[in-house]
Amino acid sequence: MDLFQLQRRLVDYRASLYHEDFLDEQFSQLQDLQDENNPDFVVEVVTLFFEDSERLLNELAKALEQPIIDFKRVDAHVHQFKGSSSSIGAQRVQKACIAFRNYCEEQNVEGCLKCLQQLRHEYSLVKTKLESMFQLEQQILSAGGSIPM
Amino acid sequence: MARDGGVMWRRTKKIDGEVHVLAVDDSIVDRKVIERLLRISSCKVTAVDSGIRALQFLGLDEEKNSNGFNDLKVDLIITDYCMPGMTGYELLKKVKESSAFREIPVVIMSSENVLARIDRCLEEGAEDFIVKPVKLSDVKRIKDYMTRDFRVGEGEEKERTRKGINKRKLRDSFDDLSSSPPSILSSPPISSSSSSSPSPQSLSPSPSLSPPSIVSASAPSSPSPLDSRTRRLKTTSSE
Repeated sequence: MDLFQLQRRLVDYRASLYHEDFLDEQFSQLQDLQDENNPDFVVEVVTLFFEDSERLLNELAKALEQPIIDFKRVDAHVHQFKGSSSSIGAQRVQKACIAFRNYCEEQNVEGCLKCLQQLRHEYSLVKTKLESMFQLEQQILSAGGSIPM
Repeated sequence: MARDGGVMWRRTKKIDGEVHVLAVDDSIVDRKVIERLLRISSCKVTAVDSGIRALQFLGLDEEKNSNGFNDLKVDLIITDYCMPGMTGYELLKKVKESSAFREIPVVIMSSENVLARIDRCLEEGAEDFIVKPVKLSDVKRIKDYMTRDFRVGEGEEKERTRKGINKRKLRDSFDDLSSSPPSILSSPPISSSSSSSPSPQSLSPSPSLSPPSIVSASAPSSPSPLDSRTRRLKTTSSE
């Protein structure tokens, strides 16, 4: 695939992520913050997000395994997750968190467990997609091209 | 140096030198983002992960008795509201209670667009309230405030009537809205029943406030005190 095709593919891929609500406007805000002096900003933030998310998912699983569930604690973790996903523009993850918090408020164990599953699913989807996107960007850079806006 | 002179002097510095912002947020992702937003806006940034650390940085913690000298010259504090341990609101109070640091403008960030919360923070002396996720335009607006303070009456009047001005601005902005164009959405008040409220404070909204409504962000180009208050309140998605 030549450079132009790669660039084209990236543009289309990115557009699809927005179109399917994986990403929202906040993500483009982050892209705007990247420049020649900070060329890896987006990758860095997203990497932090991945690490933080994995930590939170573990905490959530643990919290929901307890014989007596501390829903305030569960909610606190989901709140954090909601915040970080919102800050990077991972819209579907954020929405999954919102639904999750409702079940926490109702102290509904079943609902919470289902939401955790859903959250894992959405997170894993956006992670895969962002990684693919970064890979494409890398290919473009390696081919000596620049990343289209 | 006279107090007013002191205020002027610090404000002058913001035009000549770099603004030094102390950013407080327990989220590592948000700290990274706010740091970048501030740096790209030509601010020096110190980012800490808790209110306690913020106080330590300022020299306001229990161990030391601050002699009032703002050694590290923090020009602005921007803090998340919901944090474990000390909330942004509690940090705000501590800063405003301190004779040494009460002049430092404090901006609160929160993912929750709750009127009672906003009101409470402004009444406590917060300069502004940003609904997360934080954007570049939010940071630019804050920076504008700081440089504008210098031009408008050298900051004395503002210092003296800080709380009054803040309350009035909020009230004014809502009065403004009640006769406003269709871009304003009216929705049932959001109750502050979220678990993140620091303490069960009774709501004491000013009687002249029209029923709380969440307004959409229609952004005029140049910030003015009223505009920025209204612009700040974005609609949240289905919460």
